[in-house]
Amino acid sequence: MSRKKPAEGVAVWIDERLGSSNFVRRSLNKVFPDHWSFMLGEIALYSFIILLLTGTYLTFFFDASMHEVVYNGSYVPLKGVTMSEAYASTLNISFDVRGGLLMRQIHHWAALLFLASIVVHLMRVFFTGAFRKPRELNWVIGTGLLVTGILEGFAGYSLPDDLLSGTGLRIAYGIVESIPVVGTWVGFLLFGGEFPGHVIVGRLYSVHILLIPLAILGLITFHMMMIWYQKHTQFAGPGRTEDNVVGSRFYPVYSAKAGGFFFLVFAVLALLGGLAQINPIWLYGPYNPSQVSAGSQPDWYMGFLDGSTRLMPNWEFRGLGHTIPFNILVPTVILPGILFTLLGMYPWLEARFTKDRGYHNLLDRPRDKPVRTGLGAMALSFYIILLLAGGNDLIASIFTFSVQTITWTLRIGLFVIPPLVYVITKRICLGLQHSDRELLHHGIESGTIRRLPSGEFIEETVGLPVPYQITITGSDPTARPALHGAAHAADGLGDEHAVALPEDHMVVDGQPKPRGFFRDKSAPRPEKGQRPEATAPELESTGQVRRPE
Amino acid sequence: MTEGRAVTSTKTGPSRFQRLSGYAVVLLALALVGGLYTAFAAPKSNAADSTSSEQSMAVKAGRELFLQGCSTCHGLNLQGGAGGPSLIGVGESAVIFQVESGRMPLYAGTVQAPRKKAKYSIAEIDQLAAYVGSIGGGPSLPKGALNDGQLQMGGDLFRTNCASCHNFAGAGGALTYGKYAPPLSPSSARVIYTAMQTGPESMPRFTDNQLTPDEKKAITKYVEFITKAPQPGGNDLGRYGPVPEGLVIWLVGIGALVGLTLWIGARA
Repeated sequence: MSRKKPAEGVAVWIDERLGSSNFVRRSLNKVFPDHWSFMLGEIALYSFIILLLTGTYLTFFFDASMHEVVYNGSYVPLKGVTMSEAYASTLNISFDVRGGLLMRQIHHWAALLFLASIVVHLMRVFFTGAFRKPRELNWVIGTGLLVTGILEGFAGYSLPDDLLSGTGLRIAYGIVESIPVVGTWVGFLLFGGEFPGHVIVGRLYSVHILLIPLAILGLITFHMMMIWYQKHTQFAGPGRTEDNVVGSRFYPVYSAKAGGFFFLVFAVLALLGGLAQINPIWLYGPYNPSQVSAGSQPDWYMGFLDGSTRLMPNWEFRGLGHTIPFNILVPTVILPGILFTLLGMYPWLEARFTKDRGYHNLLDRPRDKPVRTGLGAMALSFYIILLLAGGNDLIASIFTFSVQTITWTLRIGLFVIPPLVYVITKRICLGLQHSDRELLHHGIESGTIRRLPSGEFIEETVGLPVPYQITITGSDPTARPALHGAAHAADGLGDEHAVALPEDHMVVDGQPKPRGFFRDKSAPRPEKGQRPEATAPELESTGQVRRPE
Repeated sequence: MTEGRAVTSTKTGPSRFQRLSGYAVVLLALALVGGLYTAFAAPKSNAADSTSSEQSMAVKAGRELFLQGCSTCHGLNLQGGAGGPSLIGVGESAVIFQVESGRMPLYAGTVQAPRKKAKYSIAEIDQLAAYVGSIGGGPSLPKGALNDGQLQMGGDLFRTNCASCHNFAGAGGALTYGKYAPPLSPSSARVIYTAMQTGPESMPRFTDNQLTPDEKKAITKYVEFITKAPQPGGNDLGRYGPVPEGLVIWLVGIGALVGLTLWIGARA
């Protein structure tokens, strides 16, 4: 009888009371597929954790009050200047709190990264078709995370009450006022009266540190639970079907990978926070409605709205005792409303047009869905043009163009470029499909020229390895004629002049694709033993978990 | 008596005395003006006799430089011409701004004169300025250090009057149709001060009634501070605000992390 380890004792104690060992074992054995693009969403998760940690530190020192004080801190150019307590406390965080500036900068960089990684993750999910049934709800939650993330970012941007954030709030007030009939009232309600009032920073603070983070936390929890419950999607590959998941188990491989990746994200953010200045509020000065700086832009995730406003002609309706400012209403209220509604509804829109209502656990390669890929590229080009327009003044002054030239180019481009991008992307996808089929049926050029007894010269081709065939054809084995073609051509009679692969080149079904980042590491190295890859179908419900040997 | 005199004058026309009295009044007035001038201006010129001669030397040297380098466009007597505007009354400050910042002499007619390396030394610029200032007057540099002002006041005035075009940190910004507010970092205190005095290109002119010399000096001090003093927080990314920050998070942040996911993915 062996002595129990202390940790085991604790585990047994807990299990006897909560019966949790079954859940823990199932969870630890959960299989996650391996693909680099599946880690993009993790960047968002980890930057959110870093946002919570750095943000909590900042709350210890930030004072969300618009009450006026005379600054007496260590930043000399503002000494004796009257400013709000919010701005004075942000200056104190930047100059007098130990590690305050670093925390502020990491927090701000993490906010930019949070939203950027959400967009990159969204692109991955979109272009691979991971949003299809049964994952439409998770797509909607993801859209919700994007919108709440943007609102959260804007609330945080507005807190320091410096000249830049005050300018942003002034614009936000204008956007609210542009809503017909109720705009003025809603503006008064939010700001407690005329702009700027005395309450908005305090209110945004509650929103920024309590309401929206809670909402984001809740949405992330649902997002993850649904991934857990529905299991992760995977690309077609050897042994991968619609009904299994092939990859690494949560423990130890996946958890080690994810934990390590957290620290890599943290490292990138810490480097940015330490080496690159972000939002130097002391240079902007305290907010004063009579002042404004050139180059007052929102953070990048709001930039497309700034850009749409800059491109919008100055149209306004006046009459019947009302003013309807289309120049603000259309680009900042109606446009984002349409864009985010279309984004959230996309899974249903696509299902309606393709009439594809089946379950999909295997991902599409973007080239295999030219229309979807074309639409996505088109939407991206539309978004990027708006984003560029948001910085038209900086493009003008750095590259010495005229602002008017840029604005008119982008106005025309906004309607001309996206359709062109759609057509070009679709053609590229079809071309790639064509070259894939070529590879599948013709094989890889070997560079060997053989002379037939008849005198004819032929080039020998090598049949495509099976894993690549599966990658190209997906899970449908009937669309995989190359194997037979290769066998048929081996006797030299085939039309394709393909030859069978030598034994050592033949990759057996079930083995992983060639590995390696800089060079191919798929050469067999028997002394290393088994790879951690598990091909077990998930048998959690029965508790029969096959471990990798 | 009075009646008789009146009669005489009407009968015989102005007497000799009356005709001479007109000249006497003019002489008296000239003497008065001359005396007043001597009383107020002459002591100054007496006390700074050597400065005055240096001044006239500078004007002379400046005239030579002007005739060689500037008169083709601005005319032999500053009256202007097809190539350039009249310089009568622009003042010393205009010359200091335009020549010290390298904008003059102009290479070619563009939307806006670009900043270049100065073609003249500071001494030559002062001579040119003395010559142009000697014809028609105009704004000139005040006495004392140009950046001798209160930093806090300078900051507030800068944000009110300058930041809307030159941006919060003096990094510059775009104006309409290819014109621009240039970055302030390469400017010397003299150039910053004279720019406010003369209002070149699209810039408004801030006379001493709008911004007193003390206020201009405070702004000059603040501009030197934000463009030259080291700032905490790391690389300033050009101080163009949130746009370069967004560019960095996409190119550096997302770029590095996507690279790392590829690396991890390849090793899995």
